[in-house]
Amino acid sequence: MRFYEFEAKTLLGMSGVPVSKGGTALTADDAARIAGEVGGDVVLKSQVLSGGRMKAGGIKFASAAEEARTAAEQILALEIGGQRPRCVLVESKQPVKKEYYAGVIYDALAKLPVAIFSDLGGIDIEQVAETHPGHVARVHFSTFSPFPEFKMKELVASLGISGGELNALTRIMSQLAQAFLRYGLTLAEINPLAQLDDGSIIALDSHLDMEEEARDGQAALLARLGIGREETRLARPPTPFEIRGAEVDASDHRGVAGRVVEFDGTLGCVIGAGGGSLTIFDAIRKFGGDPANYCEIGGNPSVKKAAELTKLILSKPGVGKICVIMNVVSNTRVDIVARGVVKGVIEAGYDPAEKIAIFRIPGSWEDEGFKILEKYGVEYCDRSVPMSEAARRAVEKMRKAKGEPEVVA
Amino acid sequence: MSILIDERTTFIIQGITGREAVSMTRECLDYGSKLVGGVTPGRGGRGVHGVPVYDTVKEITSQQRVDGSVLTVPPAFVRDAAFEAIENGIKLLVIVTERIPRGEVAQVCEHARMHGARLIGPNCLGLISPGKSKMGGIGGAAVKRAYTPGHIGVMSRSGGMTTEISNTLTAAGFGQSTAVSIGGDAIIGSTYAELMPLFEADPETEAIVIYSEPGGPMEAQLAEYVRATKSRLPVVAFMAGKFMDAMPGMRFGHAGTIVEGRADTAAEKIARMQDAGISVAEAIQDIPEIVRSRLNGKGA
Repeated sequence: MRFYEFEAKTLLGMSGVPVSKGGTALTADDAARIAGEVGGDVVLKSQVLSGGRMKAGGIKFASAAEEARTAAEQILALEIGGQRPRCVLVESKQPVKKEYYAGVIYDALAKLPVAIFSDLGGIDIEQVAETHPGHVARVHFSTFSPFPEFKMKELVASLGISGGELNALTRIMSQLAQAFLRYGLTLAEINPLAQLDDGSIIALDSHLDMEEEARDGQAALLARLGIGREETRLARPPTPFEIRGAEVDASDHRGVAGRVVEFDGTLGCVIGAGGGSLTIFDAIRKFGGDPANYCEIGGNPSVKKAAELTKLILSKPGVGKICVIMNVVSNTRVDIVARGVVKGVIEAGYDPAEKIAIFRIPGSWEDEGFKILEKYGVEYCDRSVPMSEAARRAVEKMRKAKGEPEVVA
Repeated sequence: MSILIDERTTFIIQGITGREAVSMTRECLDYGSKLVGGVTPGRGGRGVHGVPVYDTVKEITSQQRVDGSVLTVPPAFVRDAAFEAIENGIKLLVIVTERIPRGEVAQVCEHARMHGARLIGPNCLGLISPGKSKMGGIGGAAVKRAYTPGHIGVMSRSGGMTTEISNTLTAAGFGQSTAVSIGGDAIIGSTYAELMPLFEADPETEAIVIYSEPGGPMEAQLAEYVRATKSRLPVVAFMAGKFMDAMPGMRFGHAGTIVEGRADTAAEKIARMQDAGISVAEAIQDIPEIVRSRLNGKGA
């Protein structure tokens, strides 16, 4: 989950990192008022969860309240990367002497957090690392307290920085790293971290990410920032179909039958588990199928949960058939999924034999499951049929149903 | 032979009275695993399918040798349970639980490293040395249909796909030395490259098959390992989630399967692995044939 810049700055401010004076505005009038309060030159920044705001026209400068009003009007009306701005951030514009980069992420190979510092701020750090590797320094640090501030000092000093600047940057780097640990973040970046003409150092822009897994433990912080459970903050906002999918999954704690992602195709997918779903989805696409959705079944979902997921997928306009495919399952009961899917199809008012293109879930209780499918005339297969072959058959059935010619893949 | 576990390995289950853990206990016992005890605080003195339950790990480790522990406690309790196992001298931890915050996984990894313990998972189904022992829910009740003793080492970021791939190998006459569900999280205790030296040292293992996904640097690390060590073991990989390359930032599958950078897309990983001499199979059912040709000394 990505934080908006204004949220990130609130969090940084709470952690002691200096940020610019300003506030957020939902209207041009509010923006003009804040600009007046801040006084002097201001910068207005569109609050969207995407990079490239400057290029897109989402960042503007103003030297008076009236100018700020006009700029805010334009920014609030501007869509960037398909996103409407949440609000506009109005901040005092400061004369910048030098720009740094400060970041913290987890290194999945060292299995430790790593602090990254560069004296070439303001541009993409991956690019700096490629073109000017000597200007990027890294240090791993322990996740156990007490926090090793000296490592941040060594990190900054390794790029030849000393004096008051070294101490100020060490402090900010430490505050950022500690915020990273305290708030369960997976990415904490300040870029640029600017030294102003008066020598002070402040965060001009920031990108913070929190993972799903940390949200429960950070409920107090998220409440303080006003971020609701329904805000997934992925690359795009969830569709109503996806929100209903999450509701189905949350309706019963047993097993997983959700993680629904909407696509615009016509083949409904009741698939699982984590890795199996990725494999099946690739196979459907490879054979020219057009999936209506992605989803994951896993663990042991109840009959009702499997039925509700099936009904949800069948309720999507344009969905002609569904395919039910999983890898060889260890603990998911095949008969329970079979019963749930058949129940869902019938409750949606369709004939399982016609609506279910194929059922391929081998594993525990498969004989009982296959019996149910036989009773309803549903085509099924066992582990002797590869997952991708099951996907191919489903795509083929869809094609025939639509009256399209057979394609040899 | 095998890696990590064999017929002599003794282990416990932390969280043994949970619903899934009870069936896991049954399955492990049925498979012949030496499951010597379980821990659930407050439930000491009971039994699960005849396996004694204790309140603390220490009560078991003070009485007998315990090589490993399977952790199936809820996410909020995993870190402490792992510390308990590690500090009581257990050297192999298998964390089944998913949805543990990354920072806590890092702490468990660091703690394990300080005490010389190995961690498998989190977010995994465990591991199996077919015909000898299985630790965790891997393979379920019908485990013998999918897994047979043999010479292929299997490592997979997906628990289900560990079984799917092993089943495909078994059907083609290739048994497994050890199959490890390494876990689907961004940080896991043992990556492919970290388990490779164990497979190298196992004279019975003749080839490696891995299941991989977009996200993270683990496949690049394996490619570098294979290149740098000139590994004696041919490696065959299957890459799922190719469709995700066009959708950066969207979350599918496992927690670790999110494309965050330029180097962790499916296409990039396939190229890197092939460059290092790893064969990449287009479909699961193609894997046995590729293994066969690699074992016969033909190229990638």
